[in-house]
Amino acid sequence: MITLGDYLIVSGILFAIGFAGVMLRRNLIIILMSLELMLNAANLSLVAFSRFRVLPTGLPDYNVQVFVFFIITVAAAEVAVGLAILVALFRARQTTDVKDISSLKF
Amino acid sequence: MLPWYALLLPLASAIAITLFTRRSKALSSFLSIAAVIGSFVCSCLIFSQSGIHIPEFTWIDFGEGFKVPVGFTLDNLSKTMLVLVSGIGSLIHIYSLGYMRDDEGKSRYFAALSLFMFAMLGIVLANNFVMLFIFWELVGFTSYVLIGHWFYRDAAADAAKKAFITTRIGDFGFMLGILMVWMGTDSVVFTQIAQRLWILTSHPAFLTIAALLLFCGAVGKSAQFPLHVWLPDAMEGPTPISALIHAATMVAAGVYMLVRVAFIIQASPTALLIIAWVGTITAVMAALIATQQNDIKRILAYSTLSQLGYMVMAVGLASTEAAIFHLFTHAFFKALLFLAAGSVIVMLHHEQNIWKMGGLSRNLPITFLTFVIGALALIGCPPFSGFFSKDAILALAYERNMPIFVVGLFTAFLTAFYVMRLLVIVFFGKSRSEIARKSGESPLVMTGPLIVLALLATIGGFTFFARNFLALPIEKEVAFLVPALAIAVLILGSGLAIATYRNRTSEPLDFELLRDKFYFDEFYNWLIDCTQELLARICAFFDRWIIDAGVVGGTSSSAWGIGALLRLAQVGNLQAYLFLFGLGIVVLIYFAVFR
Repeated sequence: MITLGDYLIVSGILFAIGFAGVMLRRNLIIILMSLELMLNAANLSLVAFSRFRVLPTGLPDYNVQVFVFFIITVAAAEVAVGLAILVALFRARQTTDVKDISSLKF
Repeated sequence: MLPWYALLLPLASAIAITLFTRRSKALSSFLSIAAVIGSFVCSCLIFSQSGIHIPEFTWIDFGEGFKVPVGFTLDNLSKTMLVLVSGIGSLIHIYSLGYMRDDEGKSRYFAALSLFMFAMLGIVLANNFVMLFIFWELVGFTSYVLIGHWFYRDAAADAAKKAFITTRIGDFGFMLGILMVWMGTDSVVFTQIAQRLWILTSHPAFLTIAALLLFCGAVGKSAQFPLHVWLPDAMEGPTPISALIHAATMVAAGVYMLVRVAFIIQASPTALLIIAWVGTITAVMAALIATQQNDIKRILAYSTLSQLGYMVMAVGLASTEAAIFHLFTHAFFKALLFLAAGSVIVMLHHEQNIWKMGGLSRNLPITFLTFVIGALALIGCPPFSGFFSKDAILALAYERNMPIFVVGLFTAFLTAFYVMRLLVIVFFGKSRSEIARKSGESPLVMTGPLIVLALLATIGGFTFFARNFLALPIEKEVAFLVPALAIAVLILGSGLAIATYRNRTSEPLDFELLRDKFYFDEFYNWLIDCTQELLARICAFFDRWIIDAGVVGGTSSSAWGIGALLRLAQVGNLQAYLFLFGLGIVVLIYFAVFR
């Protein structure tokens, strides 16, 4: 029997992998992909919560699943903007390495 | 309305010159002279009439405690002063036409002169302390403007500042004195104060301090010891100014004020004694300094100091009649001496050193004659006016205070000495410079006033003339000794001076102490240096290091410092930010969930 805890563990592992990717990888495209991974880890935990919260009618709470759809669409838009920024940045700097992008540094 | 006309005509002229006729020098001088002569005519009419009633109106009214009217005093004293001030003022205005003929700032000069006449007549006419004080300050201001007439010369600008600031010191005391009298009697009007004098006399210490503070004003304005230092420096101004303001009228305003408030001063014997001695010290000190000076105007300035000392001495000996009598004659002969000196100075192209003169009696006969008359009046040679008035003061001193009499007699000896020295060096012997040899007589516009003043200086002391103007001091028959002694020291001093200075080309006597004026200026410089300058330095230190560096600079530099510290956290690495961000979240979760 798969319990809520199992789902949450998988979600947590995914999130950790994403976070580690964002934190450790230098390539911006990989970082963006890792961000998506973190987002999906959150989505997974939300869906799991939805599945395991049974209302008095006997049905799961579908409100949360609708919410997850919203997150997926917004993430798609976000990826479009993020990739556009990335392309613009590459055109300006000829690099996608975060080490080379440090204008904010004092 | 006559007093109003007499008072306001010069003011109107000053305003008209300043606003409209600055461009036209001729018109300005004409306006000013017309105004002062108008004022003189009004004064004569006031003098000849009696019982003129002037409606007075209230200017400031704060209930019974503080009420300031605008009104005039018209007693014999103020009437005499009115005629004296406007009369001598008129003569000096006319003389100025000649003296200031080619001056650039002629309009400015005549405007200031008119304003001075207004202020001086205001002092004479004022019937309360507040009006008196306002005109008193106005006189100080016009004196400042006129001393600094040639303001582009540093010496003149400095002298103007010195005169103003030194007299202000005295005026501050004067103001405190007025406030004390007002506190005691709830009134600033002279007649009311006289009625309520018993309130003051019931507190003798209070009265003495108030009287001495009032005297402070006279010390400043009449240049008495120890505030005398400004008057000799004031000779940097044009000579007619020295004659009018710093010899005949303004410096005498202090004595006039003392006489006006004599009823307060005479209620305090201590104050009287101090006043008498201050006058005596001034008289003898100034006469001593005058014996060693080389500038013709400075010698006259010190003799003015000395004579003012005599007047203050007379006030201190409780005889206002003698003080005013001497003021009256002194105004004539000192104005005369200054104007004659001015005539010499102009004809010698502004040479003032007496050792560069000599033999001028041939070249300037009218100036010489009038100067001699003035000099004889000054040293108190009978029958010139100074003899009578100085004799009155000496007789008074003989009767009331022997030490003062002895010092006064010694001063008379010194006076004869330095005046004869001046006469011998300037007018006799050989000419000691080229310009002195080539000089000629002044124009009529300058010699005219000289002749009129010489006439007045001659007859001014005779009873038949003077009694029309003032209450003469009563001559005691016992004091035959006094005029005899006075004449003896006069002959002694003159003889000694003639013997010492005949046919000399440079100073045979050498008293450094006297030539350097007893080091008063040096002493005051030192005093200012270790009081005011020290305070200024402390303030500058406080401002520079506590306010500037501490409060203002501290605020800005602490903001800078915190900024510099915080920007170390801006490493610029995205992933480092993220790491810190994640760490923060972990810490937050730890505190939110596990604590």
